[in-house]
Amino acid sequence: MLSQILGKLSLDAVPMHEPIIMGTLAVVVLGGLALVGAVTYAGKWGYLWKEWFTSVDHKRIGVMYIILALIMLLRGFADAIMMRMQQAIANNDGAGYLPPHHYDQIFTAHGVIMIFFVAMPLIVGLMNIVVPLQIGARDVAYPFLNSLSFWLAVAGAILVMMSMFVGDFAATGWLAYPPLSGIGYSPTVGVDYYIWSLQISGLGTTLTGINFIVTILRMRTPGMKLMQMPVFTWTALVANILIVAAFPVLTATLALLTADRYLDMHFFTNELGGNAMMYVNLIWVWGHPEVYILILPCFGAFSEIIATYSGKPLFGYKSMVYATCCIGVMSFLVWLHHFFTMGSGANVNAFFGIMTMIISVPTGVKLFNWLFTMYHGRVRFTAPVLWTIGFMITFTIGGMTGVLLAVPAADFVLHNSLFLIAHFHNVIIGGVVFGCLAAIHFWFPKAFGFKLNEFWGKVSFWCWLVGFYLAFMPLYVLGFKGMTRRMNHYANPDWHPYLVVAAIGAAVIGLGIAALLVQFAVSIRQRKQNLDLSGDPWDGRTLEWATSSPPPFYNFAILPKVEELDQHWEDKERRVAYKRPARYEDIHMPRNTGAGVYISVAGLVLCFALVWHIWWLAGLGLIGMVGCFIARTYDRDVDYWVPAAEVARIENERYAALKEAA
Amino acid sequence: MLSRSSDDETSPRIKCAPRRIPNGVSKRSSRLTVIKNSLAFAQRMLCVGAIVLLTGCSSELLSPKGDVGMQERTLILTALGLMLIVVIPVIVMTLLFAYRFRASNKKATYKPKWAHSTAIEVVVWTVPCIIVAILAAITWRTSHSLDPYKPLESDVKPVTIEVVSMDWKWLFIYPEYGVASVNQIAVPVNTPVNFRITSDTVMNSFFIPQLGSQIYSMAGMETKVHLIANHPGVYSGLSANYSGAGFSDMRFDVIASTQEGFDNWIKQAKASPRALDAASYASLAQPSTKLPVAYYSTVTPGLFGSIVNKYMHTNHSDQPMAMDMPMHHAETKVVE
Repeated sequence: MLSQILGKLSLDAVPMHEPIIMGTLAVVVLGGLALVGAVTYAGKWGYLWKEWFTSVDHKRIGVMYIILALIMLLRGFADAIMMRMQQAIANNDGAGYLPPHHYDQIFTAHGVIMIFFVAMPLIVGLMNIVVPLQIGARDVAYPFLNSLSFWLAVAGAILVMMSMFVGDFAATGWLAYPPLSGIGYSPTVGVDYYIWSLQISGLGTTLTGINFIVTILRMRTPGMKLMQMPVFTWTALVANILIVAAFPVLTATLALLTADRYLDMHFFTNELGGNAMMYVNLIWVWGHPEVYILILPCFGAFSEIIATYSGKPLFGYKSMVYATCCIGVMSFLVWLHHFFTMGSGANVNAFFGIMTMIISVPTGVKLFNWLFTMYHGRVRFTAPVLWTIGFMITFTIGGMTGVLLAVPAADFVLHNSLFLIAHFHNVIIGGVVFGCLAAIHFWFPKAFGFKLNEFWGKVSFWCWLVGFYLAFMPLYVLGFKGMTRRMNHYANPDWHPYLVVAAIGAAVIGLGIAALLVQFAVSIRQRKQNLDLSGDPWDGRTLEWATSSPPPFYNFAILPKVEELDQHWEDKERRVAYKRPARYEDIHMPRNTGAGVYISVAGLVLCFALVWHIWWLAGLGLIGMVGCFIARTYDRDVDYWVPAAEVARIENERYAALKEAA
Repeated sequence: MLSRSSDDETSPRIKCAPRRIPNGVSKRSSRLTVIKNSLAFAQRMLCVGAIVLLTGCSSELLSPKGDVGMQERTLILTALGLMLIVVIPVIVMTLLFAYRFRASNKKATYKPKWAHSTAIEVVVWTVPCIIVAILAAITWRTSHSLDPYKPLESDVKPVTIEVVSMDWKWLFIYPEYGVASVNQIAVPVNTPVNFRITSDTVMNSFFIPQLGSQIYSMAGMETKVHLIANHPGVYSGLSANYSGAGFSDMRFDVIASTQEGFDNWIKQAKASPRALDAASYASLAQPSTKLPVAYYSTVTPGLFGSIVNKYMHTNHSDQPMAMDMPMHHAETKVVE
């Protein structure tokens, strides 16, 4: 009877006997209560709900995405430091302090969280804040879907966090290869948490992809041709095309795994004709483009940053666009390089190896383009430029080791080793994390109206850079020493000193994260001294710098006319920027809605119920989700007009601020 | 390919013979001797350091003990060297350009509109293309020459070892000798070894870093890898693909010795009281970690094939394994 009501859920699901987890739970609960108390005390619930949670404003959704990412970064990093500590002490076959069952969940959660709930929200958040402004649009094409996408990502993140305290998480590695992830070898709910958290957030990501493709293709300001789009927007366009092409593959692959686990099917099991090789192929058909979904927008951000702070247009804009498109197409032709050791024939391996090398050509060209953007420029060494230079050097090394791994015969000895771990952290930290941090620093004043503290930004940069090299260069060496990934303990005494250095490196990265948080706190305290009144604090080149900081909710009172690449720079050159228009018109805007929140809450209930086999609750969740969505489609009150007089009032304030800045 | 003798492999690339000190020296010259000795010591240390740096004596992949590993090492170093042709200039140029064109350096020319140069574009597309073309040629060639499925060319008759990854140990069957072992193998040096690999559990990867290529082990399938040991020694092997809670302990030793040493090892296995049949296999298949090395003096013929085949039955898991089923390779799913 009880099992019909609660499914597999019982009090035993809470790991009372694990002091580390219970301690974390206490911290999370106390922290959560403190936060709720503080908001209640300040009486801000109404404000948060009306202005943020239900907002369909792309800028606010973008900010919320980045906050989500930073919170999840703390969790993902906590996992990282626990892994590094375990390996630093589990020498000589010692047990360390984490038993395999716990350690295996940690490295799985680390990968899942860092990719899906840190890197993806950072990228989507940045695209949200920047893309509509860069193309002179007032919002994205589907503002409600955008809100829904965000809240679905939050639901996914909550599900992952919940798995730590109620039940367990997958102990399979971040891609959950079957048959290990099948019900036979992973009978607990861990893999189910994995599946449903990725499915619900993946749904949001797919919607984001559709939303941004339509936004970029259909909502550019009058006159802006494709080849006049800022590079960040170009990279965002290609990344979103990749999302729409790749994420359905992930959804389908996980659906097949779900069928295996829930419906006793045998797509990927050992028995009855199941074939795990199919899963490995499918998951990497999504997985490799995913890497480019993350890195391409960062390439775009670096391009904007290096051009702006060099006081020059980007060198070889067309080259950059073509290179981006090449990478986008080719990212679908290289997936097999993740498993040369599966036993494919020499021709197949060689084909995928060579394709992978070819992809490094457009990537290399990009590096040269950034180099020659600095050439004959006036480079200002602000924190974003430090991040960019740090990236160029670090990423070059990561690219080199990546091409080495693409040589099948070399991969036969380097596959799954710590060399591989060092390689992909080399490109993901050196590329994606550095890129997002540079971009946050660069566009922060646009989103909030004041600049970030430079000193703490630089401290953060140096900690990250030094920490990265300390943490990952030893792993390259360990790869050559035959140490493979995901080891809970080891006997080879040779490895130990390197792992100790790597742990120290992780601690230094921790200082970098701390410096980042200090930077936010200090900047908020000193915001009055660092106000950005002009809306263009860095002498920017593209349209987002033409409007105020933060921009009014409608972004542009009059849609800007575009005839050139770097229109805002041209306008400043011709002294026609910031011209006050003769008159304003009414502006059509979307109305805020709570539907995204409701649907996601119902979705969270659905997923939680599916994890625990609580079928009646799953039914309720599904009805809630679909019901909310249908109700929303009948809501006719989804937009409104901002009267011209209101626009004029807001714009007059803007011109007063501009005068003050001048 | 395998004609290389083991002697010229062991001798270091850099010769550093210790200085000879003549006997019967005076006090004064003995002080000199001390200096000379310490100089010699320093020189020797430098030599050792250089060897460590250049040939990476302390690093398994850079000091392989078999021909396959040797070729893979050469390949890695060649590819790295080729890529450094682009990588080093990029890093140097990044630092140089950033420094030279810093905003405070008013001496550097500032061209705020300069954003295109056909000459530079041609160079930055061409140079990486050339390097990638060379690398692609190397890749094509080595993907074939080092294909793990390709038997090694040698006059010596190869030894076949059937490998089964289990939760969480390795079972090795020597079909030509009718013996089996757990978590240890022995191979004669300079003799090609044909590994036939499968899994009786989740996916693992069979890897002996110092001998070269790894390959996945997968249930219901047979994969292959061909390796050789050219130097006697004990090399560690491991699973390079995470396979669950006991994964870290899936280690085994590879004893590479002379033919005589190998024959002794086989004799030792033959002397074991244990036999590998359906019953003992079933108990071995139970999940366990840190299993001590064990030998089996006899093995039911066709055991390996039946392990591969057992997943092809329609009724999974509850049917006992058909040990006496004749082995038909055509029925196994063989990855080619």
